[in-house]
Amino acid sequence: MSDAVKEKEPQITILQAINAALADAMEEDEKVVVLGEDVADPEEGGVVGVTKGLSTRFGEKRVRSTPISEQAIIGAAIGASLVGYKPVAEIMLMNFTTVAMDMIVNHAAKLRFMSGGQTNVPIVIRTMTGTGFGSGGQHCDYLEAWFAHTAGMKVVAPSNTADAYGLMRAAIKDPDPVLYIENLPSYWAPGPVPEPGSTVPLGKARITKDGSDISIISYSRTLNEALGAVEAMNSQGVSAEIIDLRTVSPWDKETVIKSVAKTGRCLIVHEAVTQFGVGAEIAATVSKELFGSLKKPVERLGAPYAPVPFSKPLESAFAPDAKRIAEAAISLCK
Amino acid sequence: MTTNYTPDAKTQLDMYRRAALLKANDEKSRKVIKSGRLIMPYYSYRGQEIIPSALCSNLNDDDYLVTIYRGIHDMLAKGMPLKDLWAEIAGRVDGTCKGKGGPMHLTYPKKGIMVTTGIVGSSMPVATGIAWGAQMDGGGRVSVATFGDGASNIGAFHESLNLASIWKLPVIFLCQNNLYAEHTTYEKGTAVDRIADRAAAYRMPGVRVNGNDPIEMYAAAREAVERARAGEGPTLIEAMTFRFHGHVFGDADAYMDKEQKKAAMENDPVPQLRKRLINDGLATEEQLSHIEKEIEDDIEAAVAFALNSPFPEVSELTTDVYGEGARA
Ligand SMILES: Cc1ncc(C[n+]2csc(CCOP(=O)(O)OP(=O)(O)O)c2C)c(N)n1
Ligand SMILES: [Mg+2]
Repeated sequence: MSDAVKEKEPQITILQAINAALADAMEEDEKVVVLGEDVADPEEGGVVGVTKGLSTRFGEKRVRSTPISEQAIIGAAIGASLVGYKPVAEIMLMNFTTVAMDMIVNHAAKLRFMSGGQTNVPIVIRTMTGTGFGSGGQHCDYLEAWFAHTAGMKVVAPSNTADAYGLMRAAIKDPDPVLYIENLPSYWAPGPVPEPGSTVPLGKARITKDGSDISIISYSRTLNEALGAVEAMNSQGVSAEIIDLRTVSPWDKETVIKSVAKTGRCLIVHEAVTQFGVGAEIAATVSKELFGSLKKPVERLGAPYAPVPFSKPLESAFAPDAKRIAEAAISLCK
Repeated sequence: MTTNYTPDAKTQLDMYRRAALLKANDEKSRKVIKSGRLIMPYYSYRGQEIIPSALCSNLNDDDYLVTIYRGIHDMLAKGMPLKDLWAEIAGRVDGTCKGKGGPMHLTYPKKGIMVTTGIVGSSMPVATGIAWGAQMDGGGRVSVATFGDGASNIGAFHESLNLASIWKLPVIFLCQNNLYAEHTTYEKGTAVDRIADRAAAYRMPGVRVNGNDPIEMYAAAREAVERARAGEGPTLIEAMTFRFHGHVFGDADAYMDKEQKKAAMENDPVPQLRKRLINDGLATEEQLSHIEKEIEDDIEAAVAFALNSPFPEVSELTTDVYGEGARA
């Protein structure tokens, strides 16, 4: 049998990986419950179907569709978590977390600290976002910096099936609140089937591709754009090391610093607005730690300081893509 | 004083003109999207046309409207020009927002269309604030927030009604109850049988009407507008209606009750109004056909205009973030 007809490795999508992680976690631990708008099967298991099948399998007591009430959704998750449950709350789109910011920032993130460690809030907040569908100014912001800036919150943003599964399993097991960011256009991206029960530790980055000239740090969709830039960079003789942060906060300083110490150049890429973004924190840290040994100032590539525009050409120019990543990396290596 | 709120023949014809425009525009929109000529998230309002048509027959150009993603019917009824609308949803520079807002954020202050929000529940606080401004101005202008049944379960609804009531603001909370909030049925998501009943908790009149009945809807809107103009405060109107299509274009609506949907579509309110106008001798077939032909031509012209309008320059990406002289 030739290689071409060899069985292809089985694949699943990121959406299926998240679904599998939720199902496996619910199977393993009856304290895991799911709530959010339209998440149960009579409502089609979520607007894009991430929770499809869960209410049929585990019952509508554990998988509850809610009214449009984001404050109450997060509040209910917090409350249930205080008395022993492990809620996974869905906020349909990241922009709708703004309606529940009090619950997230003033309560979920802080209760452990303010109670002197007597209570804790082991919830996961799943939310999706991302440009690319012409949904305009209120439906596709990347707001991870807001949450990363809030002491007590953890923030993860997987870019592939294995991490989507493993980070979800780890986030559910984690004793503190975790915001889990899903990228809408990436849901249907296929990848290897994750090992059932596997976890990806929070706070650990992954070197997706080795390289020697520049370290590119990213997460979520733009990580895959960086991988898409490899060929263009290679053609210009630029060897990039690409690091998937996976957990935005607390971030893996050690892996990042070690890589930049080796390459001497650093480019941080995210879809969020550059100004006051996650890249600023990483850039400041890298610049301080490696001051003097950097070959070029640390560079950031994100969205311009503007809301997401509707018009297609403007939307396409908004978030970093493979082409712009390659250009930025090549210019840093000149 | 009791007033007769039955619309006269001229007003009924005016309502029909608006409703026919909305219906035709929705049909065209879905056709254009289906053909791939435009790509956008589209929230069909087909079936809900009578509500804003009757409302806007009671409003002046300088009255205010705050609407939602499912709100193109509201805007057209309020007087948004077709060309500006179509150019905006096509993302072109001639759109009402230079193509930057898109179908969920159309804005046209010249006709009082102040905000279109994509956030469920957020039309109400803003319309309340506009009403506060109108109250301070003292010109008798009215502010209307439209929203869906699902939106009455969010905190902003309750906060807005309470504030508007204690400040006696000239605002109308117009709930278009189409029995679904995305995929969730009204009963599953809402604790009360009638959203109108919630008004009692905020000491304002709350009425439930058949929003598809032009006479009933007109009378309810008229009463609320007069109350507001007279400084007597806010009103909650729950207008019962039905959404003929899924939540968003492309939604297969498997969660919708087929019988219920079929029955609603058989009672299509726009052709019903048409039939009644003719039967009651308020209009002739020729008259209405003429109106419909005009509407069709206007829509065709608007679509052609939109598709020939240029896209905005990429430099538009960073303009309008701040006002002049204060750019980041
Ligand atoms: C705060 C917030 N939560 C969730 C959504 C997602 N969403 C958009 S429309 C919708 C349903 C709204 O239903 P309803 O208020 O009845 O209005 P309709 O769409 O039926 O006109 C939902 C949940 C949103 N836009 N904003
Ligand atoms: Mg509704």
